[in-house]
Amino acid sequence: MALLEIKNLVVDFATATGSLRAVDGIDLTVDEGEIVAVVGESGSGKSVGMLALMGLLPWTSTVNADHIVFDGQDLLNMPDKERRKIIGKDISMIFQEPMTSLNPCFTVGYQITEVLAQHFGGKRRSYNDKAIELLNQVGIPAAESRLNSYPHQLSGGMCQRVMIAMMIACQPKLLIADEPTTALDVTIQAQILELLIELQKSRGMALVIITHDMAVVAETAERVVVLYAGQQVEQRTVKQLFKKPKHPYSEALLNALPERANDKLLNAIPGVVPGQMDRPKGCLFSPRCDYATTLCREKSPNLNNGILCHFPLGDEKKKTEKSIKLEPQ
Amino acid sequence: MPEPLIKARNLHKYYGIKDGLLQASKNLKALSGVSFDLYEGQTLAVVGESGCGKSTLARLLTSIENPTSGHLSVDGIDMAKSHDKATSKKLRQTVQMVFQDPFGSLNPRQKVGDIIQEPLLINTVLSSLERREKALEIMRLVGLKDEYFHRYPHMFSGGQRQRIAIARALILKPKVVVLDEPVSALDVSIQAQVINLLIELQKELGLAYVFISHDLSVVRHIADEILVMYLGKPVEHGPSEVIFNNPKHPYTQALLSATPSTNISIKRQRIKLIGELPSPVNPPTGCAFNPRCQHAHKSCKISEPIMETYGESQAACLALDEGRI
Repeated sequence: MALLEIKNLVVDFATATGSLRAVDGIDLTVDEGEIVAVVGESGSGKSVGMLALMGLLPWTSTVNADHIVFDGQDLLNMPDKERRKIIGKDISMIFQEPMTSLNPCFTVGYQITEVLAQHFGGKRRSYNDKAIELLNQVGIPAAESRLNSYPHQLSGGMCQRVMIAMMIACQPKLLIADEPTTALDVTIQAQILELLIELQKSRGMALVIITHDMAVVAETAERVVVLYAGQQVEQRTVKQLFKKPKHPYSEALLNALPERANDKLLNAIPGVVPGQMDRPKGCLFSPRCDYATTLCREKSPNLNNGILCHFPLGDEKKKTEKSIKLEPQ
Repeated sequence: MPEPLIKARNLHKYYGIKDGLLQASKNLKALSGVSFDLYEGQTLAVVGESGCGKSTLARLLTSIENPTSGHLSVDGIDMAKSHDKATSKKLRQTVQMVFQDPFGSLNPRQKVGDIIQEPLLINTVLSSLERREKALEIMRLVGLKDEYFHRYPHMFSGGQRQRIAIARALILKPKVVVLDEPVSALDVSIQAQVINLLIELQKELGLAYVFISHDLSVVRHIADEILVMYLGKPVEHGPSEVIFNNPKHPYTQALLSATPSTNISIKRQRIKLIGELPSPVNPPTGCAFNPRCQHAHKSCKISEPIMETYGESQAACLALDEGRI
């Protein structure tokens, strides 16, 4: 049985200009000890989806799903008080900006021991040794003296290590990392990714990495979910996706990378991700898709084999059959 | 051989910092010993981690600040001797800049048309009609529609805003454009659009770019020449292909191997860099890279390496100099 199972997650926001659907039908299963990547551009719903799971969205949002089950417990219909016992302990999350997600008014030691005292009870100070051990594990030199440092005294990479130490303090079964390395330099990015994978292996945690960087996906994950404008467009293993993407968006995203360019000019995807007001009829990617047909512009596709497309790439036979069917209309 | 548009020789920039009222002021060496030539139609990429002096270099080139020492000439004019107003105005017109964050670099209270026209208002004596004509012309060039003229920046996405910023930089017909991480705040699909635009503009207008970036895959694509910096000092300099295919300096090698790749069939041997960039206020003695370098030797802690030529590129490394690697 899977550790986390999300089925048909939908998140709506009430805005001044009407309802905005940020996440539109995401399915995600994560097994124990697995690394799954969630990729997409800004506005694809990758962060909102995970925040919905954590229950961290503001009151203007409505979260709906067929079910959200974590470790046999139904998270969706659970009272908030019960849910908070799981969140931060069994499921924890690392955020993008390490400098802003730590509280600048408290020392690093305070913030780590606070988590432990909250979930296991007892005095905060009694966890000081445990905090030093955690800081050592995430590779912070002179951990003992660092306990009394404030976040502004640490560099970005160090802050992210402190965040990781905080998040693994309660031995979570699932760690969600929301763009953990976007704000960091390449050499530090390599160090942090390596640390996350090492911790994942040694503790048998499941790890969900949210990112917009295809290269990070290729280097870390086993399975990948590609999101576009709130919809899940492709879900496959990393090997399959990078070898032969099936959804035109995944293909376009890979082709847009400078390292895959054959020419001096890059294969840019024309246009932008649709917003609240300009959502196209039919398939959401159709205005930017090279392969779009009349069918794509009229009718939104259904998910088949984890791919949200009328004409998945590599099935040429189906395409001709379907287009023949369409013509009499 | 044509004259280079930018000729930089041994540029230094120090900032004085004070620890307290009674302490003697110390020098923060933000940039030391940078030299390069930049020709028309060429792109020089400056790469390195944060704090390596990339942005200080941009500030010097755009004459926002003056170098502490060293020689810098732009389009044949010596920066140090350009104290009269007319020359310094001309200098500023020759070198323009595009900033990293298109959400921060455009005034939210100005309309797009006004943002793009403003450099003309300050630097020329054109009538408002002529300014408007020029602005529209440049907007079409960067792929913005005429009707955007009266809109505000908040109505645009990141990619469109970066186009506005590029239009503003180009309106004075500069010869050199300094691009400070122009695509790092953009999504992959939009990033490709902006890079394509930059390449096309360069071809059309014969612009020279100084492209500051930490994303090596973008740099590899766009640059003709690469300058790798570490803690304010240049460590390697040479043609793009040479540096990517045959990096000499251990730091360049580590930087290249740390960059993730989408090519999953090749399992690469990672060179691990331990630790982080040291503070520029209190740099390590000898070679600045020695605490993190796997080839560090006794001599690296004592003497400072200087740029030497190795084949087609230059590098500053004692291990290379002594033939240890």
